[in-house]
Amino acid sequence: MTTHLHTRGGDIDEMSPLRPGHGPRAVRPEPPQWRQRLSRADHRYSPYLYVAPFFVLFLVIGMFPLGYTAWVSVHDWSLLGGKGDFVGLENYREVLDSPYFTKQLVNTISIFLISSVPQILIALVLAGLLDNQLRGRTLWRMSILLPFVVSPVAVAIIFGSLFGDRYGLVNQALNVVGIDNIAWHTNRLASHVAIASMVNWRWTGYNALIFLAAMQAVPRELYESAAIDGAGRLRQFVSITVPMIRPTMIFVIITSTIGGLQIFAEPRLFDDTTARNGGSDRQFGTITMLVYDFGWQLRDLGRASATAWLLFLVICVFAVVNLVLVRRIGSLGGER
Amino acid sequence: MSRRPGFLVYGLLAAFVLGSAAPLYWSFLLGSQTKEVAAQGVPPLLPGGHFMANAQRAMDSIPFWKALGNSLLVSTVTACSVVFFCTLAGYAFAKLRFRGRGPLLVFVVATMAVPTQLGVVPLFILMAELGWAGTTFSVMLPWLVTAFGVFFMRQYLVDAVPDELIEAARMDGCSQIRVFLTVAVPAARPAAAILWLFTFMQVWTDFFWPLIALPPDNPTIQVALNQLQSGYFKDFSLVLAGTTLATIPLLILFVLAGRQLVSGIMQGAVKG
Repeated sequence: MTTHLHTRGGDIDEMSPLRPGHGPRAVRPEPPQWRQRLSRADHRYSPYLYVAPFFVLFLVIGMFPLGYTAWVSVHDWSLLGGKGDFVGLENYREVLDSPYFTKQLVNTISIFLISSVPQILIALVLAGLLDNQLRGRTLWRMSILLPFVVSPVAVAIIFGSLFGDRYGLVNQALNVVGIDNIAWHTNRLASHVAIASMVNWRWTGYNALIFLAAMQAVPRELYESAAIDGAGRLRQFVSITVPMIRPTMIFVIITSTIGGLQIFAEPRLFDDTTARNGGSDRQFGTITMLVYDFGWQLRDLGRASATAWLLFLVICVFAVVNLVLVRRIGSLGGER
Repeated sequence: MSRRPGFLVYGLLAAFVLGSAAPLYWSFLLGSQTKEVAAQGVPPLLPGGHFMANAQRAMDSIPFWKALGNSLLVSTVTACSVVFFCTLAGYAFAKLRFRGRGPLLVFVVATMAVPTQLGVVPLFILMAELGWAGTTFSVMLPWLVTAFGVFFMRQYLVDAVPDELIEAARMDGCSQIRVFLTVAVPAARPAAAILWLFTFMQVWTDFFWPLIALPPDNPTIQVALNQLQSGYFKDFSLVLAGTTLATIPLLILFVLAGRQLVSGIMQGAVKG
């Protein structure tokens, strides 16, 4: 995000949009025309009126709930009975002690890694392919975006059938090449691969288009001079394209981290047991599923809130780690 | 890289597109078989002719039309609300000078990264307190504005509206709101259309919050699909016919506006 932001100090007097015409400047020995004054107030204060609805609504529906989650998390709070006693960090302790938290955290991270790493690599290659003088450019670009319009719920149902343990298409295809059936729903790692493939299917084309846009902004002279120096296409891609689109890669990685760690619909709909907590042994249950389980199945909003806050912390840690990692990898590429 | 691509490039792309379309075809294929054939694994590669019957069974098993109506309503209202409020705020950030603009914009950018989905517990409590629990309005509320929308419109309007034009309009004595309506709104239209589309899709495909907020008899289409899958997961022909059916509205949107979606994603990338 390379926006240049003009940082100016906020002045409390200037912040109030509610009293046009009654500000300190309104009192003058010889006031200008009524119209002029109104017009000046209009120019000065209406920007605040324009941004106010966004900020007011966003504070109520975006920021307040996050803060209030922390408040709920330090109380006994039942779904039906409402607020109970203040319990300090008791909910956090219970969540951390529960046998499921660590397991589902590991599942979440595992699914996230299996989905995001191949996804970014394939999207890079795909964008490299699209960054050619193709015939029917728009049609190609549209076609790879097709999975994006299928909802995660629908994707999960379809892939749940493709990855059926006994008669699924994937297992039948594996049988053809001589591999035995894989227990996609019960084997822990296999279920993670199946769920990651849903995420990859839906998002790879989308990310490829973002990378493509960044690639098209790379100056063509760089490629020409590299070609003169004898660099092949692969070498050009690795040494010029990838370092040049680093800011975009950071953007994609951060956003897919935030989204990926909250995964819910895919594992929930992939589950064909009646409890629907992520498999009979929660082998593919995720943290957001645990929030749902605590809050709306066990009806304990206190523990649900504690879990949500723990997930929030995990997301922050991952975002920072990613940022550092990508910076380092990117700068290594740029020094060549 | 500006060279004429060869067979390999087209071959790889075609393989990728095939992979993108295959799961959807599979869904339709199984959805068109009888229950017995669908349970037997890989069916014949041509549709079986039972799609309408299966789709009818699916519609009888869940409140399909109600869910479709709810999804349409929720997505349309929120998309319009996001476009309206975010264009207004985006314009102010892009073109108007006011104290605190910089810090406020930094705040908007920073909150784009905040996972607001994690605030479901208080939202749920809030809806119950206000007596909106279970209504479609409670599903709309968290989506009425987005930080992304403000940032997106701001980035677009910075370049799309020349400062001179605004100055000229002011010289002529236009009020701020008239400048906004006559200069900014027409210029913002392409970006507003893209923002509308993306918000619509995002809300249409959202699952977590509507699952919590809505009772089983008043679902959105995603929540209804969830009911269908949990009730009939042994019957793939039924479930996949329903899934295919529920995907059709967005497929229509894709055919009509796929071009805009592509350019929206690519614009967002360069400017973001």
